[in-house]
Amino acid sequence: MKKKASFFKIFSVSVIWLWLGIFALTPIFLTFITSFLTSDSNSIVKLTPTLANYSDLLNHAYFSILLQSLYLATSCTIICLIIGYPFAFIIARSQSKHRSLLLLLVIIPFWTSSLIRTYAIMAILKAKGILNGLLLALGIIDQPLQILYSNMAVLIGCVYDLLPFMILPLYTNIEKLNQSYLEAAKDLGANWFTTFIKILIPLTMPGIIAGSVLVFLPTMTMFYIPVLLGGAKNLLLGNLIEHQFLTANNWPLGTAISVIITLFMGIFILIYWRNSDEEDRESLV
Amino acid sequence: MNKFAKYFYTISVYIFLYLPIAIVIIFSFNNAQHSLVWQGFTFAWYASLLHDSALLQVAWHSLILGILAATSATVIGTLIAVSLFRYRFFGKKILHALIFILILSPEIVMAIALLLMYSFLKIPLGFWTLLLAHTSLCIPFVAVTVYSRIITFDIDIFEAAMDLGATDFTIFQKIIVPLLIPAIASGWLLSFTLSLDDVIISYFVSGPTFGILPLKIYSMVRLGVKPEVNALCTLLLAFTLFVVIISYHSIFKKKD
Repeated sequence: MKKKASFFKIFSVSVIWLWLGIFALTPIFLTFITSFLTSDSNSIVKLTPTLANYSDLLNHAYFSILLQSLYLATSCTIICLIIGYPFAFIIARSQSKHRSLLLLLVIIPFWTSSLIRTYAIMAILKAKGILNGLLLALGIIDQPLQILYSNMAVLIGCVYDLLPFMILPLYTNIEKLNQSYLEAAKDLGANWFTTFIKILIPLTMPGIIAGSVLVFLPTMTMFYIPVLLGGAKNLLLGNLIEHQFLTANNWPLGTAISVIITLFMGIFILIYWRNSDEEDRESLV
Repeated sequence: MNKFAKYFYTISVYIFLYLPIAIVIIFSFNNAQHSLVWQGFTFAWYASLLHDSALLQVAWHSLILGILAATSATVIGTLIAVSLFRYRFFGKKILHALIFILILSPEIVMAIALLLMYSFLKIPLGFWTLLLAHTSLCIPFVAVTVYSRIITFDIDIFEAAMDLGATDFTIFQKIIVPLLIPAIASGWLLSFTLSLDDVIISYFVSGPTFGILPLKIYSMVRLGVKPEVNALCTLLLAFTLFVVIISYHSIFKKKD
C-alpha cells in the first residue's frame, strides 16, 4: 500500500528547509562572507575582498583579548569539570528514589536566566554584600574585600552560571555506565586511581567533551558577565564583538571574531563526534 | 569515598548553586533600601513594580513575543521531530547535524548572523526581527524535546494505521500529536522561558520601538543591586521553577 510521497511529508520537509535555509544557513553564510569584506563608514561593508579582518585580530590589543578569553574559558571549564564530575557521579549513583529530585535541583538552575544568576552573584560579591558581611562578622577580615569588578569575580560568575551545563551531560553519561566494568576492574586488582584513569574517564569521554563545549563557548561570548562582574575593565571576545557591531561600526571585524569562535566550536564538535556513538548523541540535551 | 564526605560534598555544591538565588529572593522582601540586616517583611518592592508603567509595558511586550515565538517554534520544531523520525528525505543527516550545531552554538554567533541578514535586507529592527530571531532560537530545543519522546514510540501503531487506510496527515493529527501532547507542551513552555530570558540575541536584534523584559532587566542590573530588581528577578525565578517542574516528567525522565 506504499504510495508516493504524501502531501503532508512534502509540506513538512519544505517548511523545515525553508525556515532553516532563511534563518540558519543564510545568516551563517553571510557572516562568513562578511568576514572577508572591507568595512565602510557609509554602508555595512564595501565589496572589496580582504584578509585584513583576520590579520587585525593578530595585532596586539585584539590578540590579548583573544588570549584572555581563552585563558578564562579554559580555567572555567577545568574548574567546572573538577567540581562537576564527582558531583555528577554521586547523583548518578545515588538511590533511585532520591535521584530524580537531586537531578531536578540541577535542572532548575540550568533553565534559569543566566542574567538573573549573574545578578545574584553580584549581590553576593559586592563590597557591602553577604560575603563581606559574613567574613567581617566572623572576624576573618577587617576590611571589606574588593572581589566584585575583578577577574576573580568574572571567573566565579562564569563557574556559577555554567556549572549546571557541565553536570547534566556528565550525569547522562555516567548514569548509563555499566557498573560491572568498575567491579571487574576492582576484582582484577585495580586501585581506584587506575580505575578512574583507565576505565571511568575513557567511558565518560562523550559527557566530558559535551560538558566542556557547553561551558567553554559561552564563557568566551557571554558579554554581560564581564560587564556586570568585571566592571567592563576586562573585556572578552563577546564584548569585542558587541563593540565592533554596536559602537565601532566595524562589522567585518566583528564577523571575523564570530568565525573564529565558530571554528573553536567546529573543533570541539569533531572531537566529540570521534569520541561518541549514535546513542551518546541522541541522549545529549 | 566515605558516606559523610559524599553528603558534605553534594550539599556544598547545592548550596553554591542555590545560595545566591536564595539571597535575591530573601532580600526582595526586606523592608530596607540598602541594608544587609533584616528590617522586616514587606511587599513594597513588588507593589512598586506594579506602579512602574514603563516596566508593565515591556512585560506585556515580552508576554506577546514569548507566546508567539513559542507557538511558531513548537509547530516547526514538532514537524522537524516527526519528519526526522518517520521519513527519509533529502538532507536528513544534515538536518540532524544542524539541530545539534544550533543548540551548541553560542548565542552571539547567531545574534550577529541574524543582524547581518536583517541589515542587508533593510528590515527595521523591532517586533518582527525579534519574533523571527526568538522563534529560530527555540526551534532546536523543541525539536530535541519532542524527538526524545517520539523515539520511544512503537512503529507498529503507524503501520496499523496505514494498513487501515489513514493518510500521513490523519496519522499526524489523530495519533502522533495526541501521544506527543506532554512533550509538545513542555517544548512550548521551555521556548516561552527561553524567549522571556534571552538577553544576547535580543540585545542585537531589537529596536527602540519594542522594548522587552530581559533587556529592561539588563539595563536595571547594570545600575547595581536594588530591591526592586530583586523583586522582579524573584517573579521570573518563580515562573521558571513552575515551568521546569511541569516539564520535568515529560522530558528528563524519558527512560522510565
